[in-house]
Amino acid sequence: MATAARFLLRGSRTNNAQSCLGTSLLKLSPSCSSQVKTQRRHAHFTYHPDPVPTNYGPTTKMNLFQSVTSALDNTLASDPTAVIFGEDVAFGGVFRCTVGLRDKYGKDRVFNTPLCEQGIVGFGIGAAVAGATSIAEIQFADYIYPAFDQIVNEAAKYRYRSGNLFDCGKLTIRAPWGCVGHGSLYHSQSPEAFFAHCPGIKVVIPRGPVQCKGLLLSCIADDNPCIFFEPKILYRAAVEQVPMESYTIPLSQAEVIEEGSDVTLVAWGTQVHVMREVVIMAKEKLGVSCELIDLQTILPWDSETICKSVVKTGRLLISHEAPVTGGFAAEISSTVQEECFLNLEAPIARVCGYDTPFPHIFEPFYIPDKWKCFEAVKKMINY
Amino acid sequence: MATLRCINNMYGVCFRAIRSKPGLKSSRLLQQRAFRVNEVQHQQPFDSTTEKPQFPGASADFIEHLEFIQPNVISGIPIYRVMDRAGQIINPSEDPQLSKETVLNFYQKMTLLNTMDRILYESQRQGRISFYMTNYGEEGTHIGSAAALDPNDLVFGQYREAGVLMYRGFPLDMFMAQCYANADDLGKGRQMPVHYGSKDLNFVTISSPLATQIPQAAGAAYAAKRENSNRAVICYFGEGAASEGDAHAGFNFSATLECPLIFFCRNNGYAISTPTNEQYRGDGIAARGPGYGMMSIRVDGNDVFAVYNATKEARRRAVAENQPFLIEAMTYRIGHHSTSDDSSAYRSVDEVNYWDKQDHPISRLRHYMNAHSWWSEEDERSWRKQSRKMVMEAFEKAEKRLKPNPDLLFSDVYEEMTPILNKQKEAMWRHVHQYKEHYPLDVFEK
Repeated sequence: MATAARFLLRGSRTNNAQSCLGTSLLKLSPSCSSQVKTQRRHAHFTYHPDPVPTNYGPTTKMNLFQSVTSALDNTLASDPTAVIFGEDVAFGGVFRCTVGLRDKYGKDRVFNTPLCEQGIVGFGIGAAVAGATSIAEIQFADYIYPAFDQIVNEAAKYRYRSGNLFDCGKLTIRAPWGCVGHGSLYHSQSPEAFFAHCPGIKVVIPRGPVQCKGLLLSCIADDNPCIFFEPKILYRAAVEQVPMESYTIPLSQAEVIEEGSDVTLVAWGTQVHVMREVVIMAKEKLGVSCELIDLQTILPWDSETICKSVVKTGRLLISHEAPVTGGFAAEISSTVQEECFLNLEAPIARVCGYDTPFPHIFEPFYIPDKWKCFEAVKKMINY
Repeated sequence: MATLRCINNMYGVCFRAIRSKPGLKSSRLLQQRAFRVNEVQHQQPFDSTTEKPQFPGASADFIEHLEFIQPNVISGIPIYRVMDRAGQIINPSEDPQLSKETVLNFYQKMTLLNTMDRILYESQRQGRISFYMTNYGEEGTHIGSAAALDPNDLVFGQYREAGVLMYRGFPLDMFMAQCYANADDLGKGRQMPVHYGSKDLNFVTISSPLATQIPQAAGAAYAAKRENSNRAVICYFGEGAASEGDAHAGFNFSATLECPLIFFCRNNGYAISTPTNEQYRGDGIAARGPGYGMMSIRVDGNDVFAVYNATKEARRRAVAENQPFLIEAMTYRIGHHSTSDDSSAYRSVDEVNYWDKQDHPISRLRHYMNAHSWWSEEDERSWRKQSRKMVMEAFEKAEKRLKPNPDLLFSDVYEEMTPILNKQKEAMWRHVHQYKEHYPLDVFEK
């Protein structure tokens, strides 16, 4: 069975390279765009491209996986110590994020590792300790747990425990993240809250190609070990104009995407796009003005922007795909309650995944979709 | 897990690809399927005796009788030694012929470590430091291997390798500062005793989780290879730690990624109370090396010259050929596992005494020195006195020193101070000033 899987994977890869990627790494062919439309019909969200960035030079149309490649390309070009490694990254990665990089930069810089997550992260820490910019890939965020010890006990504590004699600040771990429509238990998870309880690492999640490239380049440049979760449902679905040159978007800064005065909505990753629709629905159906904030960095998070918004609106809805109990919304909710007690006019609402494993056929009922979020806004306004 | 992932990848990637170009994609899939069927149907007749296996996963011949491979445990990988228990060189061609000065340095570093161990062990018993782990019986593995390395070679250790730092010239004051967690500690008083580290001496800070340093050493060796700096990495661990998944990861990664790395396993017979027959059933750790495609050797860990020779050659070849080497040094843990352990609860005093009195790395080297008339009773007496004095001076100095400023509880979590940590630091100080009689402020620097 595994052989057959490999066989078909190879076949589809060749085809993909021809139909989507062509000779250029970053150009989208029309066939890819039409595919995006097909996918949209089934998706629980509609992707709204960001405005074209004007201050970072020429842009080109990229989807999210291409913007990852572009960031990695910029890094390998400017930093001779930088290496990229993980399972199946050499041929371009199972999500195409490293396509062309091995040919361009050499097999000592873009290489496959044995199939062992604790090894990948341990190896990445060691390379970073020795001074190399090391960019590790975990194939799915669902498979990051074998490396939990290396991340939590080692990477996160390296600088602190050595009194700053040694650090692994040059380590970045990238991993596909979030639900994908049919990923079931082990291709859908959003494990950010497990890591949010771990001082010493940074956890970052982008909402689209422009954010993805800028935030990933910030993670790579940052002097702390970073985990960068890429919403895999957006790899192909999210397309927008992305600067070709290197640029950074600051970490630990939430972004106010839409200003509003009645309710603050906080989300990250794909859920930001769900919330965008909730903003429109609330406006049209309820006449409610929502302020939408993309948190972007889970740890260390930007409580100031959130609290400032809640002081203004008096209401807060936080939504994430991950299960509600112990999810990161709990941390946000508790902090806002502490900081904005006198401003809150309704209980803080959390619309999240249920406290179950992520199911296969029941995915449409599991996810905190726009209708669940809309209902929460409605209740909060009528409180 | 791998299979599942493959299937999913296939499913996801193919599905998307089909949607992107339905016509082209389906015709390709049909072609592929037809191709595979043809292969099965059109197999040519052949002579089975000349057939060679074509499997990509291994290079081997066929055999026609059923035979399981037996592990060779009873007669295991032999233990390389250079001198016998009386300090006599057994095979002159293996004599490293180290100078008198070098050998005296070996001896003094081993005994200085031993003296420091005795004093710090006692100080823990008196409650002056919170914890300690001695190196009794393993001094030879540290000094012999450290001497065979280049000072630039990066060291990753477990916790029972203080002799490597001793050999590289880590000051007694710094050992003591770490154990006392005083204001001179390079680690800023944050870790338990014996978790040493030194950037200047290329000794990566020790951490408690076992074996985590093993794949890290592989990564560091890979970076060293790319730097082309003629640098090797050495990674020490005990035979118990070798049971961790990270050991498997590190061995396999270093072999497939061709890292200039020496794995140095201290097989001292015990992991706390667990004897090796509850740790593994193969021929120790060395026998695992070839399974990973790794050059491997087993040495007498109480023979400092055997350790030196093996490490020297492994280092030379690791750097020249970019491949990992595994050295398993057979020793015996003479001391308790740590100050929190009483080893008489699980092993006999007679057993311990044999290794302490009959086969000890320090006494063996001393026999060698005596045979060369390089060391007299008088030398021994005066060195004992002098080393004890040096250790006691450092000890007293460290004990008097204040602890680091409590501000250091908050720095280095991240490279920069985060707003949240700044807030928590201020909150701590506000609280501590309000309730200062309940906190030991006087022993900390201001």
